[in-house]
Amino acid sequence: MAIKVVERRPLSLAERTYLPQILAGLKVTWANMLRPPVTLQYPEERPAIPTGYRGVPTLVRDPNGREKCVSCQLCEFVCPPKAIRITPGAIAADAPNAHVEKAPQEFEINMLRCIYCGLCQEVCPEEAIWLQSQYSMTGTSREMMVNNKAKLYELGGTLPDGHYKWDRKKAEAERQAHGGH
Amino acid sequence: MVTDNKPSLVTLNVDGVEHQVPAGANLVDALAKIGKEVPHYCYHPKLPVAGNCRMCLVELGSPMRDRATNEVVMENGKPKIGWQPKPAIACATTVSPGLHVRLESPGVKACREGVTEMLLLNHPLDCPICDQAGECKLQEYSAEYGRGASRYVDEKNAKPKHTRLGPRVTLDDERCILCSRCVRFTAEIAKDPVLGFVNRGSYNTLTCFPGRELAHNYSLNTVDICPVGALTSTDFRFKMRVWFLKQTPSIDTESSAGANTTVWSREGQIHRITPRQNDAVNDTWMADSGRELYKAVSAPNRVLRATVKAAATSLESALAAAAEALAAGPLAIVASAHSSVEEQRVLARLAQQKGAKVYVPAHRGAGDGLLVSEDRSPNFRGALVTGLTDRAADADLKTLAAEIDAGKVKSVLIVRDDAAMQGLHAETLAKVRSVVLATHQSVTTAAAEVVLPALSVFERSGTFVNCQFRLQAFAQAVPGPAGALPDLLVLAKLAGVDANGVWADLAANVPALAGLNGALLPADGVQLDGSAWSALPFPEGKLLKFAPATRA
Repeated sequence: MAIKVVERRPLSLAERTYLPQILAGLKVTWANMLRPPVTLQYPEERPAIPTGYRGVPTLVRDPNGREKCVSCQLCEFVCPPKAIRITPGAIAADAPNAHVEKAPQEFEINMLRCIYCGLCQEVCPEEAIWLQSQYSMTGTSREMMVNNKAKLYELGGTLPDGHYKWDRKKAEAERQAHGGH
Repeated sequence: MVTDNKPSLVTLNVDGVEHQVPAGANLVDALAKIGKEVPHYCYHPKLPVAGNCRMCLVELGSPMRDRATNEVVMENGKPKIGWQPKPAIACATTVSPGLHVRLESPGVKACREGVTEMLLLNHPLDCPICDQAGECKLQEYSAEYGRGASRYVDEKNAKPKHTRLGPRVTLDDERCILCSRCVRFTAEIAKDPVLGFVNRGSYNTLTCFPGRELAHNYSLNTVDICPVGALTSTDFRFKMRVWFLKQTPSIDTESSAGANTTVWSREGQIHRITPRQNDAVNDTWMADSGRELYKAVSAPNRVLRATVKAAATSLESALAAAAEALAAGPLAIVASAHSSVEEQRVLARLAQQKGAKVYVPAHRGAGDGLLVSEDRSPNFRGALVTGLTDRAADADLKTLAAEIDAGKVKSVLIVRDDAAMQGLHAETLAKVRSVVLATHQSVTTAAAEVVLPALSVFERSGTFVNCQFRLQAFAQAVPGPAGALPDLLVLAKLAGVDANGVWADLAANVPALAGLNGALLPADGVQLDGSAWSALPFPEGKLLKFAPATRA
């Protein structure tokens, strides 16, 4: 194939001083210096989390301090990456929430597996598992990335309850036991 | 092999389509056979009909006949069907020729919806904590036939929860739908009528008679037949949701009755054992004692490693040591009626090769006339069929002990048996070279030179021959201890035979098993011809489906 030699155009005086290019660049710099910043100084500054955000799944208590999870294991069943592992158990007969009968002995969510899909929250019949605003999980070992029951309740805290299903049922049974309705 | 006589058939018209069903069958069963489910709670094919849940209401009709001539009335070229004015319960109906059934008419649907709504009036919203969830008829039919929302505005009735009915059964009265299956079972099958209903109307409650409890050895069958979560197994309560569990067909090894079972396991851990229907053996029942056998799988005294002179070693070197010990001199074999047919055949081959005398120790207990027999081993008939032995089980091993003391026996192979319990004591065993294949540690394993780990019935597959000479298969439900091989492979290595060729050998050389393959048995087993051994004194008395041969 024939080779065509292209003559390079000589630089003009202005181009040889580089000044026009520098000024053009500085114009962009100065314009951005005057604009308000769009970045956050993470981790000192944190973004506002919108409602409905699907953060780290957590377990919650109702306003009376009762653990809402009854270990029905529907979340464990529905979880696509199999991140949830529950050991179900009975509640001791002398416990304040003995009327619920069943609670998880252990509840583990492996955050290395979790894909934040929110199916566990959607399937929960007791409204006990919530993907809340926590989004940052760090750890230096695989074990540290598995949230156990204590950690899940610590992350979850207390959420309002619209039903008090079990407490209402207990109150009804007590009323009926005393002959009333 | 026994062939059933074909029952005569009658024509049944279901929603306008004609089907052939066995004459004299119950309508629910007949419809189930042709793939039509009639929803029902109280009806159970193995219990008397109560007809109290009303869920199986259907519309029935039959061809009309002229009263004067008794001719079938025709309409548009077809027989005119006279429909009964009110729906009838299918469970109390026997099929008759020309019977017409409507399963999908608006009237039938309204019946089901009404019954479901009634049953759900006071039913608690316990599904998240209820062990029956996933196998609950009320849950299934509510989804299928219910209306989705309750119109009930009053307070639900509170009834006793978490009531102890017996040592193994817990009752939740709120969930009970009063179908009376459990009441009928305890009265008719277990012959120990301890359950009944007290109070009236909405307060109708299942309970035990005062001073009694549901303690008999068949109490957990009430849990199996309870269509809802009212009766729950105390052992299985809150352990695992049923939808996680894998079902494996197995055989109850507690006695020679050989009840068919289903083993429910998850990730290598067994959670419960339930009966599996086999109308020739156990109907749909099994004893409570057989349901607890899985606990031995993870017992702390399990033999997990092969040992030679009490030092843990690899299975290969232990097998080499075993082969060396068995070659030391005249060999005696203590075989087991807990071994499968395949293992017994390989052991019989080993006994032939070495000219060893075979002892099969007897395990005896009291029989209950239902599904626990006097012979407390699952496969003594297998030892006869495979040619491992030709005489009745040995009451004890004192003969063998005497032979050892006399120096006539130099090495002993003990399979799956604690020989020390049978009169072969540790000090006698110390006089000879001994190889023991065992699942659990015992006096015998402690005294033995070579101990090889054996697998439990849940960890290996094979076949048993029960007291009726019925060949039944069991499958592996969970993996065995790491590094342990199935008994069949261990014995095959000791005998130097091909473990895969056992069934070819059996089918070719054992007349009772001709043409059979243990891996291809039907789910309810195969009846063998046991007449060759009818002269032997078997210990079994009458059982649910077994009657001892009357000796002349």
